[in-house]
Amino acid sequence: MDAIVVDGLVKTYGKDVRALDGIRFSVPEGEVFGLLGPNGAGKSTTVRILATLTKADSGRATVSGHDVATDPGAVRRAIGYVPQASGVDREATGRENLILQGRLQGMRGNDLERRSSDLLETFGLADKANALVKTYSGGMKRRLDVAMGLVHRPHVLFLDEPTTGLDPEARAAMWEELERLAAAERLTILLTTHYLEEADRLARHVAIVSRGQVVVEGTPEKLKRELRGDAVTVELDGGDTTGAAEVARGIEGVHDVTPDGRRLHLRVDHGAQAVPVILAALDSAGAGVNAVTVSRPSLDDVYLHHTGRDFRSDDEDRR
Amino acid sequence: MTVVSQTLFLCARVLRNLSRQPIWIVVMIVQPLFWLLLYSQLFRRITELPGFGTTSYIDYLTPGVAIMTAFFSGSWAGMGMIEDLDRGVLERFLATPASRAAIVFGRILESSIVATLQATLILICGLALGATNGGAVGWLVILVASFLTAAGFAGLSHGVALRTRQEASMIAVAQFIGLPLLFFSSLLIARALIPSWMQDLSLLNPVEWAVRAARGEALPGTDWGQMGVFLLLLAAFAGLTTSFATWSFRSYQRTL
Repeated sequence: MDAIVVDGLVKTYGKDVRALDGIRFSVPEGEVFGLLGPNGAGKSTTVRILATLTKADSGRATVSGHDVATDPGAVRRAIGYVPQASGVDREATGRENLILQGRLQGMRGNDLERRSSDLLETFGLADKANALVKTYSGGMKRRLDVAMGLVHRPHVLFLDEPTTGLDPEARAAMWEELERLAAAERLTILLTTHYLEEADRLARHVAIVSRGQVVVEGTPEKLKRELRGDAVTVELDGGDTTGAAEVARGIEGVHDVTPDGRRLHLRVDHGAQAVPVILAALDSAGAGVNAVTVSRPSLDDVYLHHTGRDFRSDDEDRR
Repeated sequence: MTVVSQTLFLCARVLRNLSRQPIWIVVMIVQPLFWLLLYSQLFRRITELPGFGTTSYIDYLTPGVAIMTAFFSGSWAGMGMIEDLDRGVLERFLATPASRAAIVFGRILESSIVATLQATLILICGLALGATNGGAVGWLVILVASFLTAAGFAGLSHGVALRTRQEASMIAVAQFIGLPLLFFSSLLIARALIPSWMQDLSLLNPVEWAVRAARGEALPGTDWGQMGVFLLLLAAFAGLTTSFATWSFRSYQRTL
């Protein structure tokens, strides 16, 4: 059975902001699933609908077999939700936060006490269990967030941008924590992220979301494999990008030419062989080149390939 | 009863957090006592004017300060709701099966408990300054009136907080109602000394209801029936604003 089914959700804010435009995907039980996309793509809106915080205009979604619109109570009991904006009580201790969360989930007594202590231990917070959360570092606070989402042993855990705002060290620690979690507990995790690296590392399946729709879905490996060869990025020194793109398209062994501002993204069979040919062709066409990079395909390229837009510039557009 | 137990638990959470703020505790204790001392000295000879029904201003003032304190802590209560809202605490609560009503009730109960504790302190201090204030029943009525006053204005405040969701707007509303409601009442001064049009208007003022109920037994010629009516009005006011806050909470959820 699929732990999460999202079927054609549409959500409009105000008159013309269409946050979700018929998004559709499903997550098998026990899997870590990554929703990947730039800010504003609709990832958080999707999670908020699944966590029963907001309602879709149309479409249907179930979590653990319960419809989010008609049976929100059952959904809330089945899920742990770790929102993007922490939501811990800063004036309370780590342990008090866990106990409060457990109480709101209907737990009590020894079971809750023991579960809280276990989670504090697991997430490396035992030393600071009785310190106020406002004294925690960013990474510790985020780990507590995740622990709070797990206190009632949910079937499905929603992690909305779990490492946004963390420094690289804390991010790496969080990734280790989440990997262990996914391996140890029989838990379905829906992770949203705008870090390609994060989805690549943590998620078994990835859906790339752009403008409220899933543009492509699969394992990170499969998505990358579908892109033949290497990615070459040519940075032009201005001038005629469209003309240069035309020139590049005429070169043998070059597929997928995507102009992006002053850059050209190319897909080639063999990076090392193609670069001299590309440079010579651009040179004879009179297009000056500032820099060239060759890389193995990344999810970044998958995003570019399917949306025709660069991930990072899409991300910045939305900020 | 999950609503009751969750209300108590959520209320305990806020009280526990507040109890960790030494400055908050000191101000909560000192401020009402300061009002009591300041006003009782400032207006010491005011009871030489007719209409007070007592020659001891402290008798007159003690219930008034208890109500004023409850009124103020209630009116400002919404600030806490805005803080929870801004920090994402409310959203986290909403993703759990927790009773939505308990989230609002817990906050209102918090104000009422704080106000009742403050009223107890004010009564003890008033007694030390020579107030007589009837007997145990008089005390009980003052505590109940303080509890209801805080609940009534906290409900209003949380409702406004959930609708405006802005600290500045919340502060503006609390300030806007603060002094007018205080002065359109006989909280500090005998009713007979207030212009008659203000006396009439004051009958619409929940602060006036609270003061009249709380002071009923302190003064000669206690009219139990009248005190009862004012207490009932006050309870209705608390019920109404609590509904307003819960309703506002629902409309806040719809905007998520």
